[in-house]
Amino acid sequence: MTIPKNLDNKSVGFIKTLVFLLALFPLIKLGYAAFIDMLGANPIEKITRTTGYWTLTFLLITLTATPLKRLSGWNWLIRLRRMLGLFAFFYGSMHFLTYLVLDQFFDWDAILKDIVKRPYITVGFPSFVLMIPLAITSTDAMIRRLGGKRWRLLHRLVYLCAIGGVVHYWWLVKKDLTNPITFAVLLALLFGIRLIYGYASLQKQKQTNSPTLSSNL
Amino acid sequence: MKPYKIGAIPSSEITPPALFYSRRKIMQLMGGASLAALLPQSLWAANHKFADVKKSSYTVPEDLTPYQDVTQYNNFYEFGTNKESPAKNAGSLKTRPWTVTVEGEVKKPKVFDIEELLKMAPLEERIYRFRCVEAWSMVVPWLGFSLAELIKRVEPTGNAKYVEFISLHDPEQMPGQKSPVLEWPYREGLRIDEAMHPLTLLTMGLYGEVLPNQNGAPIRIIVPWKYGFKSAKSIVKIRLTEKPPITSWMQAGPNEYGFYSNVNPDVDHARWSQAKERRIGDFLKRKTLMFNGYAEEVGKLYAGMDLKKDF
Repeated sequence: MTIPKNLDNKSVGFIKTLVFLLALFPLIKLGYAAFIDMLGANPIEKITRTTGYWTLTFLLITLTATPLKRLSGWNWLIRLRRMLGLFAFFYGSMHFLTYLVLDQFFDWDAILKDIVKRPYITVGFPSFVLMIPLAITSTDAMIRRLGGKRWRLLHRLVYLCAIGGVVHYWWLVKKDLTNPITFAVLLALLFGIRLIYGYASLQKQKQTNSPTLSSNL
Repeated sequence: MKPYKIGAIPSSEITPPALFYSRRKIMQLMGGASLAALLPQSLWAANHKFADVKKSSYTVPEDLTPYQDVTQYNNFYEFGTNKESPAKNAGSLKTRPWTVTVEGEVKKPKVFDIEELLKMAPLEERIYRFRCVEAWSMVVPWLGFSLAELIKRVEPTGNAKYVEFISLHDPEQMPGQKSPVLEWPYREGLRIDEAMHPLTLLTMGLYGEVLPNQNGAPIRIIVPWKYGFKSAKSIVKIRLTEKPPITSWMQAGPNEYGFYSNVNPDVDHARWSQAKERRIGDFLKRKTLMFNGYAEEVGKLYAGMDLKKDF
């Protein structure tokens, strides 16, 4: 069976439902573990780690949609991107709320100190905050209001969120960098593919913009 | 209709917790005994409870961290870097036969067999606070005796200024050592006066039992006023030296892990605050105490020192 490049609305709807349920799985698993008291000796740490891990994972999955569409030609992949991005924001919000409520319990003084003094939080906090405008402007109406060009420019901020997220993870780990390195390599790969495609389309533009030059060559 | 009221359970009907837990223990022991019949002696020892344990005056007026948490939430990179890894993977550690070599600046260097160490001095149960550098803490009833008891026997020379502790290095038994996350073997160190301080405990058990593998079996030290990583586990060698030893964590991050690593709420880790800690089982964080609450006992060891510099 070959996967078609274009799918009708019904098929995309089906895939979206499936992805939605899959994306909820980490949350359900965490909730279940909490319910049967299997979060271990330090449940707050466990919840913080898990929600943080899935925030980064969904950011990377979201950033995979475009290059994968280009490589495979499956245009319908782009129609999953918004939902994936919103899941990244959802897990990011959980992660932030865990820190705010469970970890610090609204100790604003400690939180402010953390943001100023702890490099991993100095980087992590704005990376989350930057996701807020992206989530707000994710609706069709907002895309229309902003116009495609401005909207795309704004949503390039997601690159900063992803870089910030990986740096945040890298800086907080005590010693074993296996996971942060894995995230960093995957992110670099996703950026690399974008650079290659960007370069290729730039060349193409040059060719079409200067027909005399190309015909002379 | 009169609402049905559940009568209060008379206190005479409530099983005292000690009895409740002892029933559990009996069942565990029964399970252990039937298993023991099938297993070689060395494994049987893992279920063994110590018989003659002296109560100690070293205790803290705080709730004990449950046995489950003490033995399932561990930092022991020799068995992996996750907190759950040691409990899962430490089964491969063989704690018999086991010897501890004591050497260096001593008049009577000696290789001690673990059985000899167990009988060297009466075992005491000491309830200590345990504060991890990661800002969580526990309260643990350890079993052992002062390390000084052992060090006295080998008669340190006048040159003995420091004590180095070297843990087992065997990637077959300790699969985490196949990863270069730290420089193996794990090495820790104390100044001689810290090592000789009565609080420094040569530890062979917890909760009345032989030390579980994931907690550093068969023998470790506990230095309650320092961050947890200073308390070396599964020790095979103790070396008295003139020069300060370079520890594994100092090599891993010289600006993050100092030689002293005393618990100190005023000196932050390079990347996070040490002012507060989360006691395992608690929701709200609590303030971290200077020297983990042992300032009265050990404060004078550091008189005149700049603890921000000598962290």
